[in-house]
Amino acid sequence: MVSKAQKYLFFLMLLVCVTMAAFLIRLRNRAQDRLQEQAMSAPAEIAEAATSAPKTVTLYVPNDLDDSLTAVERKISLPGDRNAQARVILESLVEAYRAPDSTHPMEVASGIDDVYFLSVPQGQDTTGGGGQIAVVDLSGALATAQPSGIEPETLTLLSMMATLHANLPAVTQVHFLVDGQPRETLAGHADLTRTYLASEVDRPSAAVPGGGL
Amino acid sequence: MPSMPAPLPLPAQGPRFLVVVDAAHGGSDTGARIGDGVLEKDITLGIAARLRSTLHARGIDVVTIRTADVNLLAVDRAQTANHAQGAACLTIHATATGSGVHLYTSSLTPTTNARFMPWQTAQSAYVTQSLKLESEIDSALAHAEIPVSLGRASVAPMDSMTCAEVAVEMAPLVGGHVTGAKPVTDVSYQKQVVDAVAAALEQWRSDWRQ
Repeated sequence: MVSKAQKYLFFLMLLVCVTMAAFLIRLRNRAQDRLQEQAMSAPAEIAEAATSAPKTVTLYVPNDLDDSLTAVERKISLPGDRNAQARVILESLVEAYRAPDSTHPMEVASGIDDVYFLSVPQGQDTTGGGGQIAVVDLSGALATAQPSGIEPETLTLLSMMATLHANLPAVTQVHFLVDGQPRETLAGHADLTRTYLASEVDRPSAAVPGGGL
Repeated sequence: MPSMPAPLPLPAQGPRFLVVVDAAHGGSDTGARIGDGVLEKDITLGIAARLRSTLHARGIDVVTIRTADVNLLAVDRAQTANHAQGAACLTIHATATGSGVHLYTSSLTPTTNARFMPWQTAQSAYVTQSLKLESEIDSALAHAEIPVSLGRASVAPMDSMTCAEVAVEMAPLVGGHVTGAKPVTDVSYQKQVVDAVAAALEQWRSDWRQ
């Protein structure tokens, strides 16, 4: 036999459950609306940034014949997002690789899938704080098009590191992935298992405005 | 009974001068594709064999890590080189890009030798010696009028080697004022490079302990 008190308790708990369910559904709907609003506004922000005035960036273009990097200035429109900025800058460098008169020729349509940043762990940061590791996700197409050899592979990595550090000075270390995965070498030689110190790449001091591209 | 004369003291023997030569790649690891159907692994094997016989002719002992078209792990190559305790270790590479000979040493920061070194960075204690050896080879190649470029790189198994280690990468010879254009496959060009490297190692024999 169910007592009156138990009946009251049952209905009370049922009421609490229904109220909580309604509250959770409302919260979920609000979150959904907020995400939709962000998704709608994001393309507008990117479009706005992409059409902003071009900025001068420095690219370090390799030369296979004398094993050197030449600083070249280019004006390009950069998006507001820092990760996207790094990707656009490196894509400009890859564009220099595939130019008809390239000194580091590579037939590749698109070379950079993504770039993202991590903070340098404490104790490894030689800049006194604020140093960042750029994780550069190279496309499989770039790794395939990369001429094999110690010199050409090392020059590709050095040019990317020097270019990133010149335009985003907080980047002190660089790690490379290919198609989002760790890989032993770029094209049979240059080691991709280690994290490189971008701040120690020897770079020429003079930048050539628009030269060589 | 006449007493036996005391044995003469043996002359003090220093460490043996031995060169370790490694032909990069091999087996399924073909390395770079150089021209039509020519693979880096075959070129490096040929150059390593030529260097071995040239060094033998100059009275220098050689340990060759790869002598056939087989797969060898980087860790095994480093182990063989370290076990041999060579006075110089050379890794032979070839590429289709650039010009002349590219000499590479480890990009590790030099450190002092410790009793136990981490495997991944064992070369750091030998970087200074490696740079000296690189300088000797650079001079010999320049003397032979072969263009040279010097660099630092991270290429397996270089960073795990406990000897003066230089990667010698042979590229085609681009025609210039002094030189005519020659592909990496040109035997006379290969001989020219091998002779210069052997001359540098002969010089290294008197310099390596300094």
